[in-house]
Amino acid sequence: MSAPYTDISTSRNLSHDRSNEDALLVIDNLSVGFPTEDGVVQAVRGVSYTLRPREVLGIVGESGSGKSVTSMAVMGLLPKSARVAGSVRFRNDELLGLSESALAKFRGERIAMIFQDPMSSLNPVYTVGWQIAEALRAHHEMSKETAMTRAVELLKTVGIPRAEERAHNYPHEFSGGMRQRAVIAIAMANDPDVIIADEPTTALDVTVQAQVLETLTTAREETGAAMVLITHDLGVVAGQADRVLVMYAGKPVEIGTVDEIFYTPRMPYTLGLLGSLPRLDSSDTERLTPIVGSPPSLINLPPGCPFAPRCPLRQPICDVEEPALRPTTSPSHVAACHFSDQLEGKAPADFFQATSADDVLPEDAQPSEQQIRDVRGEAAVEHLSGGDQS
Amino acid sequence: MLAYAIRRLLISIPIILISTFIVFLLVTYSGDPLANLRTKQPIPPPQVFAKYKHDFRLDQPVLERYWHWITGVVHGDFGPSVEGGGTLNIGHELGHRLIVSARLVIAAMIIAALLAVIVGVVSAMKQYSIPDYAFTFTGFLFLSMPVFWFAVLLKEGAIWLNTNAGTSLKTIGDTSPIVGPGAWAHFTDAVNHLVLPTIALAMTSYAAWSRFNRASMLEVLSSDYIRLARAKGLSRRRVLVRHALRTALIPFVTVTALDMAAILGATIITETVFQWRGMGTFLLDGIRNLDVYVVLAWLLVAALIVIVFNLIADLLYGVLDPRIRYE
Amino acid sequence: MSSRHDERLRSGRPNSGSHSQQTEEVSSPNAPLQGVALERELAGAPDREFTVAARSQWSMVARRFFRHKLAVVSLVVFVAVVLLAFVGGTLWHYNYQDLTGDYSVGPSAKHPFGTDSSSHDTFAQVLRGTQRSLEIALFVAVVATAVGTVYGSIAGFFRGWSDSVMMRIVDLFLTFPTIAVAAILGDQLGPRANGWLWIAVVLAALIWPYVSRVVRGVTLSIREKEYIEASRALGASNSRIIARHVVPNVIGPVIVTITILVAQAILAETALSFVGFGVKAPDTSLGLLVSVNQTAVQTRPWLFYFPGFFIIVIALSINFIGDGLRDALDPTQTRVRA
Repeated sequence: MSAPYTDISTSRNLSHDRSNEDALLVIDNLSVGFPTEDGVVQAVRGVSYTLRPREVLGIVGESGSGKSVTSMAVMGLLPKSARVAGSVRFRNDELLGLSESALAKFRGERIAMIFQDPMSSLNPVYTVGWQIAEALRAHHEMSKETAMTRAVELLKTVGIPRAEERAHNYPHEFSGGMRQRAVIAIAMANDPDVIIADEPTTALDVTVQAQVLETLTTAREETGAAMVLITHDLGVVAGQADRVLVMYAGKPVEIGTVDEIFYTPRMPYTLGLLGSLPRLDSSDTERLTPIVGSPPSLINLPPGCPFAPRCPLRQPICDVEEPALRPTTSPSHVAACHFSDQLEGKAPADFFQATSADDVLPEDAQPSEQQIRDVRGEAAVEHLSGGDQS
Repeated sequence: MLAYAIRRLLISIPIILISTFIVFLLVTYSGDPLANLRTKQPIPPPQVFAKYKHDFRLDQPVLERYWHWITGVVHGDFGPSVEGGGTLNIGHELGHRLIVSARLVIAAMIIAALLAVIVGVVSAMKQYSIPDYAFTFTGFLFLSMPVFWFAVLLKEGAIWLNTNAGTSLKTIGDTSPIVGPGAWAHFTDAVNHLVLPTIALAMTSYAAWSRFNRASMLEVLSSDYIRLARAKGLSRRRVLVRHALRTALIPFVTVTALDMAAILGATIITETVFQWRGMGTFLLDGIRNLDVYVVLAWLLVAALIVIVFNLIADLLYGVLDPRIRYE
Repeated sequence: MSSRHDERLRSGRPNSGSHSQQTEEVSSPNAPLQGVALERELAGAPDREFTVAARSQWSMVARRFFRHKLAVVSLVVFVAVVLLAFVGGTLWHYNYQDLTGDYSVGPSAKHPFGTDSSSHDTFAQVLRGTQRSLEIALFVAVVATAVGTVYGSIAGFFRGWSDSVMMRIVDLFLTFPTIAVAAILGDQLGPRANGWLWIAVVLAALIWPYVSRVVRGVTLSIREKEYIEASRALGASNSRIIARHVVPNVIGPVIVTITILVAQAILAETALSFVGFGVKAPDTSLGLLVSVNQTAVQTRPWLFYFPGFFIIVIALSINFIGDGLRDALDPTQTRVRA
């Protein structure tokens, strides 16, 4: 862990620039490790970010990049075996290291959370209304009847039809979308300051996704809460977030406003992600350019940039030194790449190949010396499209 | 649900008929009911054999005998017994012994279930802690200890206490032959006799049940809805009791019912050690005396108890788990 | 590139279809991986894909098992008891039927476990009893497992009415307390020649339904798995699916069930002998020894404690071995024990 992969000063500067005084949630150099029989899995390796009131921060990344683990660490919901270090401050309170009962005062009341799978998030043996009322009564002195009335109101707010009847239904009598709305109602119940939504639409049908996203917006407007929106879907982020944090291998690799991330990405991984995104707004018959290979194992991570093996810009220094987050187009737009300047004005297709990677095994997907030279040099030649036939 | 219960009971009738028939064949062909009579000295006169054969319907075909028996049972006649020269009323004796054994079984099950729930919760909450290891080890120990050995040990321990510590734990029998006047005296006497056998019987079930509860609590505790319950800011206690335990107890209900047959088996052993005149010793004496109809009556009652308990467990499951619907 | 690719496909999936999809990635032999590592080393790049050494599925099972300290200790103890009973029994200077001339003496170098009132050497008797109890338990485990596995997997795999009928038959068996039925049959079969074998047969006949229930449950759940559907879509026959997918997946739970059954069979045999319907003199078993000697617990405690201790040690070690196997065979078990 000697590599200077965490440039705390950058993130501190960042938060100072944006008036730290009114920051709601400050995550500082958070790291999480899980001991396994093969060694410690470093799921999160130094994450720092600041969330301001009413702001929506999108966190994107592949599965296993540590985005969910980060938010679980904020809520103190990780298993006991997890090794958490760093700092999580809510307003002026440090949350890391708090006892379960001390944390309970923040959970639900100040920071609420929405989980990925609505099918299993609700307790099957209690009615939906009961579970919302329970959230209310956990933080406020109120009678069961008052809580239930309020629960019905909340169900109405999140768009459950015939809420008075539906409140008495059990979760298995709700559809997936309705259950997620009920979970959102629980998150809204105590007017929290922060709502963390962990892949809230991933488990849902596309048509339902849009409705749930709308409900999330409603929830934000009703409660005035800031939101951390965790997703692997850049489309969701584009429509909802103010700022975006891109994670790779347990670390933020680029942070910026939505426009900065989408139009002037300064980290090859972000560029690759954008190239993998189908676009409906473009009439071009552009081909998608996937990022070949898979994320690195987080056990015994070797030195250097973890994205290097998949990176078209890879240079010898990438295998030696892990780049820190450095300001790019603006002080608030930071990226962790030795060669972020080279990305200026580049499109994904300039670096990544349009190819089907399905039948390429991970170790074959290593870019060869030839490819790297090609990318660095002039035109990109489609090597792999021929190679994967052999 | 009432309709479901009635339908289930009706379905049980053919099961009872088939199983009792199989048992009837088993008992009929498992040995010569006259063997004890034949070895008697002096050898009884042939009339005795003839009367016995007639009384026990040995001169009839098996199917006819079964029919006689099962119709008799419906009318409360469990058939003749060799006990007391054929004067013993099996139904009457069975009823008496059933009450004696029921005391033991119910007390043991309640204690075992309570202990198993508490230990399961503590073990799951403090997984891999010292209490968890201690409970796990004692659980495995009781799982591996023969009931009779543990029972004898308890009995000896009680006798030692009685002589050295001045206690007066009852180590033999289900009640004392002579009890002081009054209902209270009878009650305390019965409870005193109950203590040791209950511990012995409870420990066997406790061992398996605490393991089961620990596993199911661990499973529930790692579920998404427990995570949401914690994220709601509920107290640790509430998460544990109202959310985790409430859900983990559902499968436990089925397990206790499925174990009913095994508990009846362990009761036989426990009653033998403590010399109770309960169901267990009734069966063993029946087998020893080749008392066909006593054995049959016992098996019939055991099967009924097991079937009824499974039905109750199923219905309870429906009450506890809203996802289950009985039409 | 292509030759390596093929090699992996050909030789790299010896365990495909076995119960952990998760380990499939690492179950391929090391050779091709080393090749890649070598190549990377030459190119000067650190290996990022495989930072953990590859292991075969069975070596992972073994690794997980050997991490369970109680299970490992139990395995050693169990093997020691088996050797003591079968090898030590024949080497010991007394036979279990020998009359030694020492009446009711306590433990000593000559009689480590003392003697009974007929001057039998208790150590020799316990070893003999252990032999009998183990033989019965082993017989029950093998027969009950074989019958129960075949029966349960057929019921679970074909489902429908045959499953219903087969499972109602199992329910019938489970309606009666094992000990009660075994006592009825044991009363007649115990005194025969080779009585212990008859007792074993009776116990096996009463215990297999428990195995079949477990196996049926596992089979039913495996049937629904996507990889079964996939191989069916590829045109695999029923027998191939059973052999390649169902059996390897059922093995784990069955092995665990066997261990529980061996322990239960030992306890059932001893209980049966205790109430007098199991193994009969002149043969002996641990249960019979405890039964005969329970009245001597105060005057000659060695007669009661040693056989009981052996029962507990055997059953306890088997139960712990089973617990270790359960942990080891569960591919989702990756957490470190604190």
